[in-house]
Amino acid sequence: MTALLLRDLRLAFRSGGGFGLALAFFLIVTILVPFGVGPDTSTLRIIAPGILWVGALLACLLSLDRIFAIDREDGSLDLLATAPIPLEGVVAVKALAHWLTTGLPLTLAAPLFGVLLNLAPPGYVWLTLGLALGTPALSMIGTFGAALTVGLKRGGLLLSLLVLPLYVPTLIFGAEVAQRGTSNLDPTTPLALMAGITAGATALLPFAAAAALRVNLR
Amino acid sequence: MSFWEFANPRRFMGIADRIVPWAFALAALCLVTGLTWGFFFTPDDFRQGSTVKIIYLHVPSAMMAINAWAMMLITSLVWLVRRHHVSALAAKAAAPVGMTFTVIALATGAIWGQPMWGTWWAWDPRLTSFLILFLFYLGYIALWSAIEDPDTAADLTAVLCLVGSVFAVLSRYALLFWNQGLHQGATLSLDKEENISDVFYFPLLVCIAGFVLLFIALVFYRTATEIRLRRLHAISLRERMA
Amino acid sequence: MPDLGSYAVEVMSAYAVSITLLVAVVALSFVQSRRARRALDEAEGRARDA
Repeated sequence: MTALLLRDLRLAFRSGGGFGLALAFFLIVTILVPFGVGPDTSTLRIIAPGILWVGALLACLLSLDRIFAIDREDGSLDLLATAPIPLEGVVAVKALAHWLTTGLPLTLAAPLFGVLLNLAPPGYVWLTLGLALGTPALSMIGTFGAALTVGLKRGGLLLSLLVLPLYVPTLIFGAEVAQRGTSNLDPTTPLALMAGITAGATALLPFAAAAALRVNLR
Repeated sequence: MSFWEFANPRRFMGIADRIVPWAFALAALCLVTGLTWGFFFTPDDFRQGSTVKIIYLHVPSAMMAINAWAMMLITSLVWLVRRHHVSALAAKAAAPVGMTFTVIALATGAIWGQPMWGTWWAWDPRLTSFLILFLFYLGYIALWSAIEDPDTAADLTAVLCLVGSVFAVLSRYALLFWNQGLHQGATLSLDKEENISDVFYFPLLVCIAGFVLLFIALVFYRTATEIRLRRLHAISLRERMA
Repeated sequence: MPDLGSYAVEVMSAYAVSITLLVAVVALSFVQSRRARRALDEAEGRARDA
Protein backbone atom coordinates (compact mmCIF):
# COMPACT_ATOMS: atom_id res chain seq x y z
CA MET A 1 0.00 0.00 0.00
CA THR A 2 2.88 2.32 0.73
CA ALA A 3 4.29 1.42 -2.67
CA LEU A 4 0.97 2.32 -4.27
CA LEU A 5 0.88 5.63 -2.43
CA LEU A 6 4.42 6.48 -3.50
CA ARG A 7 3.66 5.49 -7.07
CA ASP A 8 0.58 7.70 -7.20
CA LEU A 9 2.46 10.61 -5.70
CA ARG A 10 5.30 10.19 -8.19
CA LEU A 11 2.88 10.09 -11.09
CA ALA A 12 1.13 13.21 -9.87
CA PHE A 13 4.40 15.08 -9.54
CA ARG A 14 5.77 13.94 -12.86
CA SER A 15 2.72 14.79 -14.94
CA GLY A 16 2.52 18.10 -13.10
CA GLY A 17 -1.24 18.14 -13.65
CA GLY A 18 -2.25 17.30 -10.11
CA PHE A 19 -1.37 19.88 -7.62
CA GLY A 20 0.18 22.60 -9.72
CA LEU A 21 -2.99 22.94 -11.72
CA ALA A 22 -5.30 22.88 -8.70
CA LEU A 23 -3.25 25.55 -6.96
CA ALA A 24 -3.16 27.75 -10.05
CA PHE A 25 -6.91 27.35 -10.43
CA PHE A 26 -7.46 28.28 -6.79
CA LEU A 27 -5.28 31.37 -7.26
CA ILE A 28 -7.18 32.44 -10.36
CA VAL A 29 -10.56 32.06 -8.65
CA THR A 30 -9.31 34.17 -5.74
CA ILE A 31 -8.06 36.82 -8.13
CA LEU A 32 -11.21 36.85 -10.23
CA VAL A 33 -13.59 37.39 -7.31
CA PRO A 34 -12.51 41.01 -6.57
CA PHE A 35 -13.01 41.78 -10.26
CA GLY A 36 -16.54 40.49 -9.93
CA VAL A 37 -17.57 42.15 -6.68
CA GLY A 38 -15.36 45.23 -6.74
CA PRO A 39 -12.21 46.16 -4.84
CA ASP A 40 -13.94 47.40 -1.68
CA THR A 41 -11.94 45.77 1.13
CA SER A 42 -14.74 45.70 3.67
CA THR A 43 -16.95 43.72 1.28
CA LEU A 44 -14.09 41.37 0.48
CA ARG A 45 -13.40 40.86 4.15
CA ILE A 46 -16.97 39.66 4.70
CA ILE A 47 -17.04 37.19 1.82
CA ALA A 48 -13.41 36.02 2.05
CA PRO A 49 -14.00 32.81 4.09
CA GLY A 50 -16.78 31.66 1.80
CA ILE A 51 -14.87 32.45 -1.38
CA LEU A 52 -11.77 30.62 -0.17
CA TRP A 53 -13.84 27.57 0.71
CA VAL A 54 -15.72 27.50 -2.58
CA GLY A 55 -12.46 28.06 -4.46
CA ALA A 56 -10.74 25.19 -2.65
CA LEU A 57 -13.72 22.96 -3.32
CA LEU A 58 -13.74 23.70 -7.05
CA ALA A 59 -9.97 23.28 -7.28
CA CYS A 60 -10.37 19.91 -5.59
CA LEU A 61 -12.91 18.90 -8.21
CA LEU A 62 -10.52 19.53 -11.10
CA SER A 63 -8.26 16.54 -10.70
CA LEU A 64 -10.89 14.04 -9.54
CA ASP A 65 -11.51 12.28 -12.84
CA ARG A 66 -7.79 11.48 -13.11
CA ILE A 67 -7.85 9.38 -9.94
CA PHE A 68 -8.97 6.20 -11.71
CA ALA A 69 -9.20 7.16 -15.38
CA ILE A 70 -5.47 6.96 -16.13
CA ASP A 71 -5.09 3.68 -14.28
CA ARG A 72 -8.01 2.26 -16.19
CA GLU A 73 -6.59 3.30 -19.56
CA ASP A 74 -3.25 1.56 -19.09
CA GLY A 75 -4.82 -1.46 -17.41
CA SER A 76 -3.19 -1.03 -14.01
CA LEU A 77 -6.61 -0.71 -12.40
CA ASP A 78 -7.35 -4.33 -13.34
CA LEU A 79 -4.04 -5.32 -11.78
CA LEU A 80 -4.88 -3.42 -8.62
CA ALA A 81 -8.27 -5.12 -8.44
CA THR A 82 -6.64 -8.56 -8.52
CA ALA A 83 -3.81 -7.55 -6.18
CA PRO A 84 -3.64 -9.12 -2.72
CA ILE A 85 -4.61 -5.89 -0.97
CA PRO A 86 -8.37 -5.28 -0.66
CA LEU A 87 -9.91 -2.88 -3.14
CA GLU A 88 -11.21 -0.79 -0.23
CA GLY A 89 -7.58 -0.22 0.77
CA VAL A 90 -6.67 0.76 -2.79
CA VAL A 91 -9.48 3.30 -2.81
CA ALA A 92 -8.44 4.75 0.54
CA VAL A 93 -4.83 5.07 -0.62
CA LYS A 94 -5.95 6.71 -3.84
CA ALA A 95 -7.98 9.22 -1.85
CA LEU A 96 -5.01 9.86 0.43
CA ALA A 97 -2.76 10.47 -2.58
CA HIS A 98 -5.32 12.85 -4.02
CA TRP A 99 -5.50 14.71 -0.73
CA LEU A 100 -1.71 14.96 -0.45
CA THR A 101 -1.44 16.37 -3.97
CA THR A 102 -4.44 18.74 -3.89
CA GLY A 103 -6.06 19.11 -0.47
CA LEU A 104 -2.85 19.67 1.44
CA PRO A 105 -1.35 22.28 -0.93
CA LEU A 106 -4.71 24.06 -1.04
CA THR A 107 -4.83 24.15 2.74
CA LEU A 108 -1.32 25.56 2.95
CA ALA A 109 -1.99 28.13 0.22
CA ALA A 110 -5.34 29.29 1.59
CA PRO A 111 -3.95 31.70 4.24
CA LEU A 112 -1.73 33.23 1.58
CA PHE A 113 -4.69 33.81 -0.70
CA GLY A 114 -6.59 35.05 2.33
CA VAL A 115 -4.28 38.06 2.33
CA LEU A 116 -5.45 38.89 -1.18
CA LEU A 117 -9.07 38.93 -0.01
CA ASN A 118 -8.26 40.87 3.15
CA LEU A 119 -9.34 38.08 5.50
CA ALA A 120 -9.78 39.24 9.09
CA PRO A 121 -6.70 38.27 11.19
CA PRO A 122 -8.34 35.79 13.63
CA GLY A 123 -9.73 33.90 10.66
CA TYR A 124 -6.40 32.58 9.37
CA VAL A 125 -5.98 29.89 11.99
CA TRP A 126 -9.57 28.69 11.73
CA LEU A 127 -9.60 28.76 7.94
CA THR A 128 -6.45 26.65 7.75
CA LEU A 129 -7.60 24.30 10.47
CA GLY A 130 -11.02 23.95 8.85
CA LEU A 131 -9.53 23.20 5.45
CA ALA A 132 -7.08 20.74 6.95
CA LEU A 133 -9.96 18.83 8.55
CA GLY A 134 -12.43 19.28 5.71
CA THR A 135 -10.44 18.62 2.54
CA PRO A 136 -9.88 14.91 3.33
CA ALA A 137 -13.66 14.52 3.16
CA LEU A 138 -13.66 16.31 -0.20
CA SER A 139 -10.99 13.94 -1.54
CA MET A 140 -12.81 10.88 -0.22
CA ILE A 141 -16.21 11.90 -1.61
CA GLY A 142 -14.51 12.78 -4.88
CA THR A 143 -12.85 9.38 -5.05
CA PHE A 144 -16.27 7.79 -4.63
CA GLY A 145 -17.59 9.93 -7.50
CA ALA A 146 -14.59 8.99 -9.65
CA ALA A 147 -15.21 5.30 -8.92
CA LEU A 148 -18.84 5.68 -10.03
CA THR A 149 -17.98 7.34 -13.33
CA VAL A 150 -14.74 5.56 -14.24
CA GLY A 151 -16.39 3.48 -16.95
CA LEU A 152 -17.81 6.45 -18.81
CA LYS A 153 -16.20 8.08 -21.80
CA ARG A 154 -16.97 11.64 -20.86
CA GLY A 155 -17.47 11.22 -17.15
CA GLY A 156 -15.89 14.52 -16.12
CA LEU A 157 -18.98 16.70 -16.30
CA LEU A 158 -21.24 14.05 -14.81
CA LEU A 159 -18.69 13.58 -12.04
CA SER A 160 -19.04 17.20 -10.95
CA LEU A 161 -22.83 16.97 -11.09
CA LEU A 162 -22.73 13.92 -8.81
CA VAL A 163 -20.06 15.11 -6.43
CA LEU A 164 -20.98 18.75 -5.85
CA PRO A 165 -24.27 18.06 -4.01
CA LEU A 166 -22.36 15.64 -1.78
CA TYR A 167 -19.98 18.45 -0.87
CA VAL A 168 -22.75 20.57 0.62
CA PRO A 169 -22.49 19.56 4.31
CA THR A 170 -18.70 19.88 4.37
CA LEU A 171 -18.88 23.28 2.70
CA ILE A 172 -21.54 24.55 5.10
CA PHE A 173 -19.62 23.57 8.22
CA GLY A 174 -16.26 24.60 6.78
CA ALA A 175 -17.42 28.05 5.79
CA GLU A 176 -19.17 28.38 9.14
CA VAL A 177 -15.92 27.60 10.97
CA ALA A 178 -14.06 30.28 9.01
CA GLN A 179 -16.93 32.75 9.36
CA ARG A 180 -17.15 32.32 13.12
CA GLY A 181 -13.39 32.44 13.38
CA THR A 182 -13.22 35.80 11.67
CA SER A 183 -15.96 37.28 13.84
CA ASN A 184 -14.48 35.98 17.11
CA LEU A 185 -17.31 33.56 17.83
CA ASP A 186 -16.68 30.07 19.06
CA PRO A 187 -16.09 27.88 15.98
CA THR A 188 -15.57 24.57 17.76
CA THR A 189 -19.12 23.23 17.20
CA PRO A 190 -19.08 23.37 13.38
CA LEU A 191 -15.45 22.25 13.48
CA ALA A 192 -16.38 19.15 15.43
CA LEU A 193 -19.33 18.44 13.13
CA MET A 194 -17.12 18.80 10.07
CA ALA A 195 -14.48 16.52 11.57
CA GLY A 196 -17.31 14.07 12.17
CA ILE A 197 -18.27 14.16 8.49
CA THR A 198 -14.64 13.65 7.48
CA ALA A 199 -14.28 10.71 9.85
CA GLY A 200 -17.54 9.17 8.70
CA ALA A 201 -16.68 9.64 5.03
CA THR A 202 -13.24 8.10 5.36
CA ALA A 203 -14.63 5.20 7.34
CA LEU A 204 -17.58 4.30 5.10
CA LEU A 205 -17.05 5.67 1.61
CA PRO A 206 -14.11 3.36 0.70
CA PHE A 207 -16.59 0.48 0.84
CA ALA A 208 -19.09 2.25 -1.41
CA ALA A 209 -16.33 3.33 -3.80
CA ALA A 210 -14.83 -0.17 -3.94
CA ALA A 211 -18.29 -1.62 -4.63
CA ALA A 212 -18.74 0.85 -7.50
CA LEU A 213 -15.28 0.00 -8.85
CA ARG A 214 -16.03 -3.72 -8.79
CA VAL A 215 -19.21 -3.11 -10.77
CA ASN A 216 -17.30 -1.02 -13.28
CA LEU A 217 -14.57 -3.62 -13.70
CA ARG A 218 -17.01 -6.48 -14.20
CA MET B 1 -49.30 -14.61 -2.20
CA SER B 2 -45.89 -13.47 -1.15
CA PHE B 3 -44.75 -9.91 -1.62
CA TRP B 4 -41.82 -11.19 -3.70
CA GLU B 5 -44.19 -12.38 -6.42
CA PHE B 6 -43.88 -8.83 -7.70
CA ALA B 7 -40.25 -9.59 -8.45
CA ASN B 8 -41.22 -11.84 -11.34
CA PRO B 9 -41.42 -9.48 -14.33
CA ARG B 10 -44.22 -11.42 -15.99
CA ARG B 11 -46.31 -11.48 -12.83
CA PHE B 12 -45.53 -7.84 -12.27
CA MET B 13 -46.71 -6.90 -15.76
CA GLY B 14 -49.95 -8.76 -15.22
CA ILE B 15 -50.58 -7.05 -11.91
CA ALA B 16 -49.50 -3.65 -13.22
CA ASP B 17 -51.81 -3.87 -16.22
CA ARG B 18 -54.71 -4.55 -13.89
CA ILE B 19 -53.84 -1.94 -11.26
CA VAL B 20 -52.73 0.99 -13.40
CA PRO B 21 -56.09 2.04 -14.93
CA TRP B 22 -57.75 1.95 -11.51
CA ALA B 23 -54.93 3.83 -9.86
CA PHE B 24 -54.99 6.51 -12.51
CA ALA B 25 -58.76 6.82 -12.27
CA LEU B 26 -58.69 7.04 -8.46
CA ALA B 27 -55.81 9.53 -8.57
CA ALA B 28 -57.68 11.70 -11.05
CA LEU B 29 -60.83 11.48 -8.93
CA CYS B 30 -59.00 12.48 -5.74
CA LEU B 31 -57.03 15.25 -7.40
CA VAL B 32 -60.06 16.75 -9.14
CA THR B 33 -62.17 16.51 -5.98
CA GLY B 34 -59.46 17.80 -3.67
CA LEU B 35 -58.29 20.63 -5.87
CA THR B 36 -61.81 21.74 -6.79
CA TRP B 37 -62.83 21.59 -3.14
CA GLY B 38 -59.75 23.51 -2.12
CA PHE B 39 -59.91 26.04 -4.91
CA PHE B 40 -63.63 26.86 -4.94
CA PHE B 41 -65.07 25.90 -1.60
CA THR B 42 -62.61 26.82 1.12
CA PRO B 43 -62.47 30.19 2.84
CA ASP B 44 -59.46 32.48 2.66
CA ASP B 45 -57.06 32.50 5.54
CA PHE B 46 -57.38 35.59 7.70
CA ARG B 47 -53.71 36.45 7.34
CA GLN B 48 -52.69 34.85 4.06
CA GLY B 49 -55.78 35.68 2.03
CA SER B 50 -56.43 33.48 -0.96
CA THR B 51 -52.79 32.35 -1.23
CA VAL B 52 -53.62 29.67 1.31
CA LYS B 53 -55.16 27.75 -1.61
CA ILE B 54 -51.64 27.01 -2.84
CA ILE B 55 -51.26 24.63 0.09
CA TYR B 56 -53.27 21.95 -1.75
CA LEU B 57 -50.46 21.65 -4.28
CA HIS B 58 -47.44 22.66 -2.24
CA VAL B 59 -47.73 20.30 0.72
CA PRO B 60 -48.66 17.07 -1.15
CA SER B 61 -45.97 17.55 -3.79
CA ALA B 62 -43.33 18.31 -1.17
CA MET B 63 -44.31 15.23 0.82
CA MET B 64 -44.23 13.02 -2.23
CA ALA B 65 -40.92 14.46 -3.42
CA ILE B 66 -39.29 13.14 -0.26
CA ASN B 67 -41.30 9.91 -0.19
CA ALA B 68 -40.34 9.19 -3.80
CA TRP B 69 -36.67 9.36 -2.86
CA ALA B 70 -37.33 7.10 0.12
CA MET B 71 -39.07 4.63 -2.18
CA MET B 72 -36.09 4.74 -4.53
CA LEU B 73 -33.79 4.07 -1.59
CA ILE B 74 -35.80 1.02 -0.56
CA THR B 75 -36.03 -0.41 -4.07
CA SER B 76 -32.32 0.22 -4.60
CA LEU B 77 -31.57 -1.73 -1.42
CA VAL B 78 -33.82 -4.56 -2.56
CA TRP B 79 -31.98 -4.61 -5.87
CA LEU B 80 -28.57 -4.68 -4.21
CA VAL B 81 -29.53 -7.40 -1.75
CA ARG B 82 -31.91 -9.65 -3.66
CA ARG B 83 -31.07 -8.76 -7.29
CA HIS B 84 -34.67 -8.38 -8.46
CA HIS B 85 -34.61 -6.47 -11.71
CA VAL B 86 -38.11 -5.10 -11.25
CA SER B 87 -36.93 -3.36 -8.11
CA ALA B 88 -34.07 -1.56 -9.87
CA LEU B 89 -36.35 -0.55 -12.72
CA ALA B 90 -38.95 0.76 -10.28
CA ALA B 91 -36.33 3.06 -8.80
CA LYS B 92 -35.44 4.27 -12.28
CA ALA B 93 -39.11 4.78 -13.11
CA ALA B 94 -39.78 6.76 -9.94
CA ALA B 95 -36.94 9.28 -10.34
CA PRO B 96 -38.48 11.58 -12.98
CA VAL B 97 -41.79 11.56 -11.10
CA GLY B 98 -40.05 12.52 -7.87
CA MET B 99 -38.17 15.25 -9.67
CA THR B 100 -41.42 16.65 -11.07
CA PHE B 101 -42.87 16.77 -7.55
CA THR B 102 -39.75 18.55 -6.33
CA VAL B 103 -40.09 21.15 -9.07
CA ILE B 104 -43.78 21.64 -8.25
CA ALA B 105 -42.97 22.10 -4.57
CA LEU B 106 -40.24 24.61 -5.39
CA ALA B 107 -42.32 26.51 -7.93
CA THR B 108 -45.46 26.75 -5.81
CA GLY B 109 -43.30 27.67 -2.84
CA ALA B 110 -41.67 30.50 -4.76
CA ILE B 111 -45.04 31.77 -5.98
CA TRP B 112 -46.38 31.59 -2.43
CA GLY B 113 -43.31 33.21 -0.96
CA GLN B 114 -43.47 36.27 -3.15
CA PRO B 115 -46.65 37.80 -1.61
CA MET B 116 -46.16 36.37 1.90
CA TRP B 117 -42.47 36.84 2.59
CA GLY B 118 -41.87 39.53 -0.05
CA THR B 119 -39.36 37.35 -1.88
CA TRP B 120 -39.42 34.54 -4.42
CA TRP B 121 -36.53 32.78 -2.86
CA ALA B 122 -34.91 32.76 0.55
CA TRP B 123 -31.96 30.67 1.64
CA ASP B 124 -34.10 29.00 4.20
CA PRO B 125 -33.16 25.45 5.33
CA ARG B 126 -36.31 23.86 3.95
CA LEU B 127 -36.11 25.62 0.61
CA THR B 128 -32.42 24.98 0.23
CA SER B 129 -32.70 21.31 1.10
CA PHE B 130 -35.32 20.95 -1.60
CA LEU B 131 -32.99 22.56 -4.09
CA ILE B 132 -30.32 20.05 -3.07
CA LEU B 133 -32.85 17.21 -3.36
CA PHE B 134 -33.50 18.44 -6.90
CA LEU B 135 -29.75 18.24 -7.64
CA PHE B 136 -29.69 14.68 -6.30
CA TYR B 137 -32.55 13.68 -8.60
CA LEU B 138 -30.75 15.34 -11.50
CA GLY B 139 -27.50 13.48 -10.81
CA TYR B 140 -29.33 10.18 -10.32
CA ILE B 141 -31.19 10.48 -13.64
CA ALA B 142 -28.04 11.65 -15.44
CA LEU B 143 -26.09 8.64 -14.15
CA TRP B 144 -28.83 6.25 -15.31
CA SER B 145 -28.81 7.70 -18.80
CA ALA B 146 -25.02 7.87 -19.05
CA ILE B 147 -24.30 4.15 -18.56
CA GLU B 148 -25.08 1.79 -21.40
CA ASP B 149 -25.11 -1.62 -19.74
CA PRO B 150 -28.40 -1.82 -17.82
CA ASP B 151 -27.14 -3.96 -14.93
CA THR B 152 -24.09 -1.80 -14.38
CA ALA B 153 -26.31 1.27 -14.45
CA ALA B 154 -28.68 -0.29 -11.93
CA ASP B 155 -25.81 -1.16 -9.57
CA LEU B 156 -24.09 2.21 -9.76
CA THR B 157 -27.26 4.26 -9.39
CA ALA B 158 -28.29 2.11 -6.44
CA VAL B 159 -24.96 2.85 -4.73
CA LEU B 160 -25.36 6.53 -5.57
CA CYS B 161 -28.89 6.49 -4.13
CA LEU B 162 -27.61 4.99 -0.88
CA VAL B 163 -24.73 7.41 -0.44
CA GLY B 164 -26.88 10.28 -1.66
CA SER B 165 -29.53 9.54 0.96
CA VAL B 166 -26.98 9.74 3.75
CA PHE B 167 -25.65 13.02 2.44
CA ALA B 168 -29.15 14.40 1.84
CA VAL B 169 -29.97 13.84 5.50
CA LEU B 170 -26.63 15.33 6.53
CA SER B 171 -27.29 18.38 4.37
CA ARG B 172 -30.72 18.79 5.92
CA TYR B 173 -29.25 19.07 9.42
CA ALA B 174 -26.27 21.10 8.24
CA LEU B 175 -28.70 23.60 6.73
CA LEU B 176 -30.62 23.89 9.97
CA PHE B 177 -27.35 24.82 11.58
CA TRP B 178 -26.49 27.23 8.78
CA ASN B 179 -29.50 29.49 8.76
CA GLN B 180 -32.74 30.12 10.60
CA GLY B 181 -35.65 29.87 8.25
CA LEU B 182 -38.65 31.85 7.16
CA HIS B 183 -40.57 28.66 6.55
CA GLN B 184 -43.02 27.60 9.23
CA GLY B 185 -42.63 24.31 11.02
CA ALA B 186 -44.76 21.24 10.45
CA THR B 187 -48.49 21.90 10.50
CA LEU B 188 -49.65 18.36 9.85
CA SER B 189 -48.10 16.40 12.70
CA LEU B 190 -50.42 14.02 14.45
CA ASP B 191 -49.27 14.81 17.96
CA LYS B 192 -49.42 18.58 18.08
CA GLU B 193 -52.04 20.90 19.50
CA GLU B 194 -51.77 23.66 16.96
CA ASN B 195 -52.49 22.13 13.59
CA ILE B 196 -54.08 23.50 10.50
CA SER B 197 -57.83 23.99 10.90
CA ASP B 198 -60.28 21.39 9.64
CA VAL B 199 -61.65 23.57 6.84
CA PHE B 200 -58.28 23.35 5.11
CA TYR B 201 -57.36 19.95 6.50
CA PHE B 202 -59.92 17.71 4.77
CA PRO B 203 -59.46 18.93 1.20
CA LEU B 204 -55.72 18.79 1.85
CA LEU B 205 -56.02 15.14 2.87
CA VAL B 206 -57.89 14.36 -0.34
CA CYS B 207 -55.16 16.10 -2.35
CA ILE B 208 -52.44 14.16 -0.54
CA ALA B 209 -54.28 10.93 -1.32
CA GLY B 210 -54.49 12.07 -4.94
CA PHE B 211 -50.75 12.70 -5.14
CA VAL B 212 -49.95 9.37 -3.51
CA LEU B 213 -52.24 7.53 -5.91
CA LEU B 214 -50.83 9.40 -8.87
CA PHE B 215 -47.33 8.45 -7.79
CA ILE B 216 -48.29 4.79 -7.41
CA ALA B 217 -50.01 4.75 -10.79
CA LEU B 218 -47.10 6.44 -12.52
CA VAL B 219 -44.49 4.18 -10.91
CA PHE B 220 -46.34 1.00 -11.91
CA TYR B 221 -46.98 2.35 -15.38
CA ARG B 222 -43.40 3.52 -15.93
CA THR B 223 -41.89 0.35 -14.44
CA ALA B 224 -43.91 -1.67 -16.94
CA THR B 225 -42.46 0.54 -19.68
CA GLU B 226 -38.95 -0.07 -18.40
CA ILE B 227 -39.54 -3.83 -18.34
CA ARG B 228 -40.73 -3.70 -21.96
CA LEU B 229 -37.63 -1.69 -22.92
CA ARG B 230 -35.43 -4.21 -21.16
CA ARG B 231 -37.08 -7.08 -23.01
CA LEU B 232 -36.61 -5.17 -26.25
CA HIS B 233 -32.94 -4.73 -25.39
CA ALA B 234 -32.59 -8.47 -24.78
CA ILE B 235 -34.27 -9.32 -28.10
CA SER B 236 -32.09 -6.95 -30.08
CA LEU B 237 -28.99 -8.38 -28.40
CA ARG B 238 -30.07 -11.88 -29.39
CA GLU B 239 -30.69 -10.74 -32.98
CA ARG B 240 -27.24 -9.22 -33.17
CA MET B 241 -25.72 -12.45 -31.90
CA ALA B 242 -27.53 -14.54 -34.48
CA MET C 1 -65.10 31.65 -9.76
CA PRO C 2 -64.24 32.37 -6.15
CA ASP C 3 -63.06 35.84 -5.28
CA LEU C 4 -59.29 35.53 -5.02
CA GLY C 5 -58.72 39.10 -3.91
CA SER C 6 -55.39 40.72 -4.62
CA TYR C 7 -53.51 37.43 -4.90
CA ALA C 8 -55.41 36.10 -7.92
CA VAL C 9 -52.32 36.06 -10.14
CA GLU C 10 -50.24 34.11 -7.63
CA VAL C 11 -52.87 31.48 -6.90
CA MET C 12 -53.79 31.02 -10.55
CA SER C 13 -50.17 30.74 -11.67
CA ALA C 14 -49.36 28.22 -8.92
CA TYR C 15 -52.25 26.03 -10.08
CA ALA C 16 -51.34 26.50 -13.73
CA VAL C 17 -47.66 25.60 -13.23
CA SER C 18 -48.42 22.54 -11.09
CA ILE C 19 -51.15 21.15 -13.29
CA THR C 20 -49.03 21.70 -16.39
CA LEU C 21 -46.14 19.81 -14.82
CA LEU C 22 -48.36 16.95 -13.64
CA VAL C 23 -49.96 16.65 -17.07
CA ALA C 24 -46.50 16.79 -18.64
CA VAL C 25 -45.11 13.91 -16.59
CA VAL C 26 -48.20 11.79 -17.23
CA ALA C 27 -48.07 12.58 -20.96
CA LEU C 28 -44.35 11.78 -21.09
CA SER C 29 -44.93 8.44 -19.38
CA PHE C 30 -47.77 7.72 -21.78
CA VAL C 31 -45.70 8.48 -24.88
CA GLN C 32 -42.75 6.45 -23.59
CA SER C 33 -45.01 3.52 -22.77
CA ARG C 34 -46.67 3.54 -26.18
CA ARG C 35 -43.32 3.77 -27.96
CA ALA C 36 -41.89 0.88 -25.91
CA ARG C 37 -45.01 -1.23 -26.50
CA ARG C 38 -44.88 -0.67 -30.26
CA ALA C 39 -41.14 -1.35 -30.52
CA LEU C 40 -41.47 -4.50 -28.44
CA ASP C 41 -44.39 -5.83 -30.50
CA GLU C 42 -42.39 -5.24 -33.63
CA ALA C 43 -39.29 -6.97 -32.25
CA GLU C 44 -41.30 -9.92 -30.96
CA GLY C 45 -42.94 -10.21 -34.36
CA ARG C 46 -39.54 -10.33 -36.00
CA ALA C 47 -38.35 -12.89 -33.47
CA ARG C 48 -41.34 -15.13 -34.25
CA ASP C 49 -40.88 -14.80 -38.02
CA ALA C 50 -37.23 -15.69 -37.86
